[in-house]
Amino acid sequence: MSKNKLISVEQAVDYIKDGMTVMIGGFLGVGSPNKIIDALVKKGVKDLTLIANDTAFPEVAIGKLIVNKQIKKVIASHIGTNKETGRQMTEGETEVELIPQGTLAERIRAAGAGLGGILTPTGIGTVVEEGKRKIEIDGKEYLLELPLKADIALIKGAKVDKNGNVYYRNSARNFNPIMAMAADLVIVEAEEIVEIGEIDPNEVITPGIFVDYIVRGDE
Amino acid sequence: MDKQRAREIIAKRVAKELKDGDVVNLGIGLPTMVANYIPDGIDIILQSENGFIGLGPVSKSGEEDKDLINAGGQPVTIKPGGAFFDSATSFAIIRGGHVDATVLGALQVDEKGNLANWMIPGKMVPGMGGAMDLVVGAKKVIIAMEHTAKGKPKILKECTLPLTAAGQVNLIITEMAVIEVTERGLVLKELGPEATIEDVKANTEADLIIADDLKKMEI
Repeated sequence: MSKNKLISVEQAVDYIKDGMTVMIGGFLGVGSPNKIIDALVKKGVKDLTLIANDTAFPEVAIGKLIVNKQIKKVIASHIGTNKETGRQMTEGETEVELIPQGTLAERIRAAGAGLGGILTPTGIGTVVEEGKRKIEIDGKEYLLELPLKADIALIKGAKVDKNGNVYYRNSARNFNPIMAMAADLVIVEAEEIVEIGEIDPNEVITPGIFVDYIVRGDE
Repeated sequence: MDKQRAREIIAKRVAKELKDGDVVNLGIGLPTMVANYIPDGIDIILQSENGFIGLGPVSKSGEEDKDLINAGGQPVTIKPGGAFFDSATSFAIIRGGHVDATVLGALQVDEKGNLANWMIPGKMVPGMGGAMDLVVGAKKVIIAMEHTAKGKPKILKECTLPLTAAGQVNLIITEMAVIEVTERGLVLKELGPEATIEDVKANTEADLIIADDLKKMEI
């Protein structure tokens, strides 16, 4: 019998301490664990390093953590939809590291897959290559990009069974499956929690072994 | 020429570049308009970087799906036969050469096919999102943009803004011209409906080679 993975949202945010590195799934708020984010905002955990595709909008999902000044450093591919992120960056309040989206995805995947890095042609000849090793393979240049991991990954699933097997819906999948593999502790917010066996093993997208805890979402 | 008319000409002309069965990624803004002008009998498969192929039209009011947006955050639809995937797979498709054509806007593009479209230092730093991967990975890179910005040329001898990618642009389509990037330099292939060679030259900083078979744009 495996452990009971179901916890309250309050218990979930208790795992998140000041100064930690946290990955949060979602693309412009779609597929983000909103209930956990709201609880984080309420609790006021601070100095977090955030790894996410984007910082959504000021009033939406991850964007609220930015507005509430809980983030010390943002690692993302795009911040243009949240003016507050840009303001904090320009005024030196928050450090922002911008990474091409495909490189961000592969660096996260590499961390979860036990790889020492990945070689990508993306960013060659741009500011992205600064300070990075270039490696030539068969006459073509690549950048060595290193794995990116986190203390905690906060992800969101449409349907999750009590083993933590996750099924995502539509474009809400995005970064969630790869983040689930790249953190020491993984908490999934489930729109719907079902009994073991209710998700066909063929339809499981993130296997439950990657998931430590499950929080019941509001939707 | 008014802006709306210019954008329509550009979108219509870009649509003619796409072939039946092509997998295509359209950038946000003007490139998105291309989907409205795909000729009858041509089926293209649109890729959405946030994690699916088979991107359909924007959702009708009242029929939005909270889990289904395009890369610009608009609620959209997916066509029958489409598929969802995670961000690593999405960028494997993009970077791995499985996208036949990508259509993007530009701030600047130059004689060597260099593209700048992701930041203006000190003014606008939204992040590159998926643009750097798209430009490096797509088989054909088409720039769709108005020929000038506030009367100033955007097609330059050398980009002055930070690059999105070096030497990856294949074709530039504006309301005034269709210009191909070749090893010899920029070749003026077609003139816009209201443009002369002199107009194009006067509004282009880069040197232009006039194609022997220079044509009027058919739209």
